[in-house]
Amino acid sequence: MNHNHPVFTDNDPQSELVTLNLGPTHPATHGVFQNVLQLDGERIVSGVSTIGYIHRAFEKIAEHRPFYQITPLTDRLNYCSSPINNMGWHMTVEKLLNIQMPKRVDYLRVIIMELSRIADHIICNTIIGQDTGATTTFLYLFQFREHIYEIFEEVCGARLTTNIGRIGGFERDFNDIAFAKIDKFLKEFPKALKEFENLLTRNRIFIDRTAGVAEVTKEAALEYSWTGPLLRATGVDYDVRVSDPYSSYQDFDFEVPVGTSGDIYDRYLVRNEEMWQSIRIIEQALVKLKTEPKGIFHADVPEFYLPPKQEVYNNMEALIYHFKIVMGEIDAPKAEVYHAVEGGNGELGFYLINDGGRTPYRLHFRRPSFINYQMFAPMSEGMLLSDAIINMSSMNIIAGELDA
Amino acid sequence: MEETTLNNNILAKLSDKFGEKVTGVSESYGLLTFATTKDVIINVLSFLKNDLSFNFLTDITAVHYPGKDHGIAVVYHLHNMVEKVRIRIKVFISEQNPTIPTATTVWKGANWMERETYDFFGVKFEGHPDLRRILNMDDLGVYPMLKQYPLEDPNRVDKKDEFFGR
Repeated sequence: MNHNHPVFTDNDPQSELVTLNLGPTHPATHGVFQNVLQLDGERIVSGVSTIGYIHRAFEKIAEHRPFYQITPLTDRLNYCSSPINNMGWHMTVEKLLNIQMPKRVDYLRVIIMELSRIADHIICNTIIGQDTGATTTFLYLFQFREHIYEIFEEVCGARLTTNIGRIGGFERDFNDIAFAKIDKFLKEFPKALKEFENLLTRNRIFIDRTAGVAEVTKEAALEYSWTGPLLRATGVDYDVRVSDPYSSYQDFDFEVPVGTSGDIYDRYLVRNEEMWQSIRIIEQALVKLKTEPKGIFHADVPEFYLPPKQEVYNNMEALIYHFKIVMGEIDAPKAEVYHAVEGGNGELGFYLINDGGRTPYRLHFRRPSFINYQMFAPMSEGMLLSDAIINMSSMNIIAGELDA
Repeated sequence: MEETTLNNNILAKLSDKFGEKVTGVSESYGLLTFATTKDVIINVLSFLKNDLSFNFLTDITAVHYPGKDHGIAVVYHLHNMVEKVRIRIKVFISEQNPTIPTATTVWKGANWMERETYDFFGVKFEGHPDLRRILNMDDLGVYPMLKQYPLEDPNRVDKKDEFFGR
């Protein structure tokens, strides 16, 4: 069976097969991408994935933008957890520039990244619930994504496409309201998550729909370069936060949950447990912040970090730095750097080549959704259509990350 | 320090096996990088996968260096998850005839990565099961990430690169 060329059967009256266009704008795909499926009754015989509907040429655009203007592009990769992308990009440039962040900045970043991981996993897990017919869980937990966005709003002013932070730290310190909102979130969210788990985890209908469906072996997952919760659900304990710690993740005590069979139920459990671990990490970060000197929210690197506006008007050096940074005239080493962070869906990598110009010579995003999704069509073969739908939602394919 | 010894060991084993074919070794930011040629690339990848346990293909992409003899670099990132080592392999191929054997024989996951590279750079992966464009439309006609293609419409007067110092 060739997965790659759709066989249309409409003109063959003898055919028993039905061709179904799942997408590009189908409510079950949760994003703009198409699958042409061949159905025999309810079973999928073959499928062909077509992607690229929202391709925006970010890699090309990035070759024409100074480093700080690339942050808004990264927002739009996995737009369910933009801050992770933003900070992954900032850390890539900081690695290139050999900037060491103060611990307080690292911890603040960890808080924001873990909040966005929770937001990302909320979306995926509630949508698995939704697609298996449990709308209650979706409505119940989804409001906490809203609360997370309110925290982002307090920190950076934006909600979805956050453009949070800068190369060298944050643009401003977290205010008291932000910390109050984080505390409130940490107080309320565990109860709701517990309730969510009570509704689904031991739910007979949910288990029947998800357990044993779309099982993936470790070997297949590694063969297809899967990362993130999908890989961990198959039993491989690979997490970039642990294997290649960035932003002081080595200071935190947390566990990497793994599954056994790689089926949808395991993916659900892994993501749920990761939310609990994220809560643990945020709590630890808040404790650690108390021992750090207050008011530090960026590294002391005036040549790379934009000075405050008042300074620019009154201080010659600040004006020079401001001008150089805005014009992209920063003195970055001519080098190649690869930096990976653990995004909501897996290893989000940035491969940056700098040739000393104002803009990157080449920037490549290793996008986990793109790489994870290529297994969807082969693994759907022989699956029930309704199972393939929840398989797709459990892969958490975000169209922005799929297409870049 | 530890990283450097690990990288040196890997490099020694590679040089033993492939000798002259391993060139341009560097170690920027602790990541071992070397170049090789397209006739041995599959052997290098299989050797790294099977004998040096670089079990994971992180990424395949390409870079265009116009005006060079071998103007397109196909870049592979591999990852040894057990020893936590990454490695970067480059293969410089000619711009006029950009062909290279496919890595789908080593990792199935290379399929879409190579399709993306083909889509944007026109690199033809020989033996690829399904080398079609993936993100761009099928009748685009050009390989847009090559440096000769400008980002903006060149006829526009308000978007000239020189106004932005580029």
